[in-house]
Amino acid sequence: MEKNTVVLGVLGVDAHVVGNKIMEYALRKEGFKVVNLGTFVTQEDFIKAAIETNADAVLVGSLCGHGELDCRGFRDNCIEAGKGDIHLVVGGNLVVGKQDWEDVKKRFEGMGFNRVYPPGVSPKVVVEDLREDLQRKGHE
Amino acid sequence: MNEKVDYGLFIDFGSTFTKLVVLDLDGERVVGRAQSPSTVDTDITLGLRAAFEQVDAAQGTARSYPYKLACSSAAGGLRMVTIGLVPELTAEAAKRAALGAGAKVVGVYSYKLTKGELGELESLGPDIILLAGGTDGGDKETIVHNATGLSRSSLHAPIVVAGNKVASDEIRAILESGHKECIITDNVMPEMGVLQVDKARSVIREVFIRRIIEAKGLNKAEEWIYGILMPTPTAVLTAARLLAEGTDTEEGLGELVVVDIGGATTDIHSIARGEATEPGMVQKGLPEPFVKRTVEGDLGLRYNASSIVDAVGKEKFQARLAGSNLNLDEAVSGLSQAPEYLPGSEQESALDTQLARSAARLAMERHAGTIQTVYGPEGPISVQYGKDLRGIKTVIGTGGPLIFNPSPAMVFGETVYSTDNPFSLKPKAPDFFLDDHYLLYAIGLMSEVEPNKALRIAKKYLRRL
Repeated sequence: MEKNTVVLGVLGVDAHVVGNKIMEYALRKEGFKVVNLGTFVTQEDFIKAAIETNADAVLVGSLCGHGELDCRGFRDNCIEAGKGDIHLVVGGNLVVGKQDWEDVKKRFEGMGFNRVYPPGVSPKVVVEDLREDLQRKGHE
Repeated sequence: MNEKVDYGLFIDFGSTFTKLVVLDLDGERVVGRAQSPSTVDTDITLGLRAAFEQVDAAQGTARSYPYKLACSSAAGGLRMVTIGLVPELTAEAAKRAALGAGAKVVGVYSYKLTKGELGELESLGPDIILLAGGTDGGDKETIVHNATGLSRSSLHAPIVVAGNKVASDEIRAILESGHKECIITDNVMPEMGVLQVDKARSVIREVFIRRIIEAKGLNKAEEWIYGILMPTPTAVLTAARLLAEGTDTEEGLGELVVVDIGGATTDIHSIARGEATEPGMVQKGLPEPFVKRTVEGDLGLRYNASSIVDAVGKEKFQARLAGSNLNLDEAVSGLSQAPEYLPGSEQESALDTQLARSAARLAMERHAGTIQTVYGPEGPISVQYGKDLRGIKTVIGTGGPLIFNPSPAMVFGETVYSTDNPFSLKPKAPDFFLDDHYLLYAIGLMSEVEPNKALRIAKKYLRRL
């Protein structure tokens, strides 16, 4: 079976690289082909990389608390670029201050993300969900 | 004269002149030079023989030469079209590969080619097409679509395929079914963030030697010489690389930049890694090739004199010609109609210098990297795009408008880092060298056979300002 390709990176003006490296390691270990764009990645960079690599999923990390602003329009931009059906995942410190998680999650789902993860989520969970989601998508 | 002395003859078939340099290989010196109008339209050997005769007349005797090697930018140069997927990614990588192979890039296309674009491509009539798109194992659909379009077109140019390797068998079958010559080579961007243009460059050069020389009717010259080895820009690039890196036994000058100002374009070659020199700098964009050539098609001192003025801004340009009562519009349009014209009056000469300065500055700013400051929650962050050339210690200038300029140091001065534009990463304190013997192309050719001697001759004859 061909490996699934995922584009990984930290969105926006955001230098938090540790989680990014851990996610890359976890994904590779589980057999994904990982295109890691590192830190300071724009929406456009993610989408262009997804086009060239024909990626199955984009995993967006956002740690600086500006996630809500930075992620706006992500799905719409994918649709414009002809990658409207790509699987979108986001996680990290998406918002600042104490906010109700369910509420935050809903907001990001509303922006078109298929999976939204809270701070401190285990990479294992993310990878397992991703495999399941892509398998399900492959059967559809 | 000593008949046993080994001389090398190096020829540049240019679009206007056939230039020739004779080098004494033992004495490592320049012994003669000649130029004669190029005769590509009739019989390329006419101009070549005329130049030969000049050299023989000057030597006093006809002699034989162990090396007679040529490069060519005649008959339009090596005209290429490049095709990729995303403009900033594989389309840019393909363009860089073609420029690095000494091509004149006449068209750059991205995404799926439309019928209109294919028609445009047919009328451009390139010598070689470079088809890229998709990382290895990445997108296949676009490059296959584009190969299909090319296969059905009326184009006869050889197609170098340097895209997603997974699609290469399919692409070969498609192109061969349309009776197109296709050469499959390594992907110019095998993975995101990896630029790999060397293989494509050498394949392009092979195709140039094997196919293009003949297609352009230049092969007739090979009755007189041993071969046209490469396009002229490649010869200059090869010389630049030799000068920078040196050989096993002869030390080079280290990382450097070559500024080549011409009548139709201004080329910049950098042989430099260009990595960030400041701590904490974040590098973005496609990785830079160590050997990088950029060509500014709007910055030629003759054919495009008016576009240099436009790029600077007419009023600003006029202000720099302080005291001149030259009619700028007339003078500039006169230059584009008479590409061989040399300035007669002092005012015309001042105009030429101003044009050369502007071309050098703009071309260098487009070639060098830039710094942008972005503000994050934890303060400002510097992001670098392209090469940081601030540490470069050597800038070499070539091309008629620079060599024959009365004040080359002023033109060179424009290539240096300036606080007027601190975000442009130009060399900070380089030494300037002028190629006033017009040798660089010959050095590039000679480096194919006698690299040590070529390097020593270059070091001897480049004049430090």
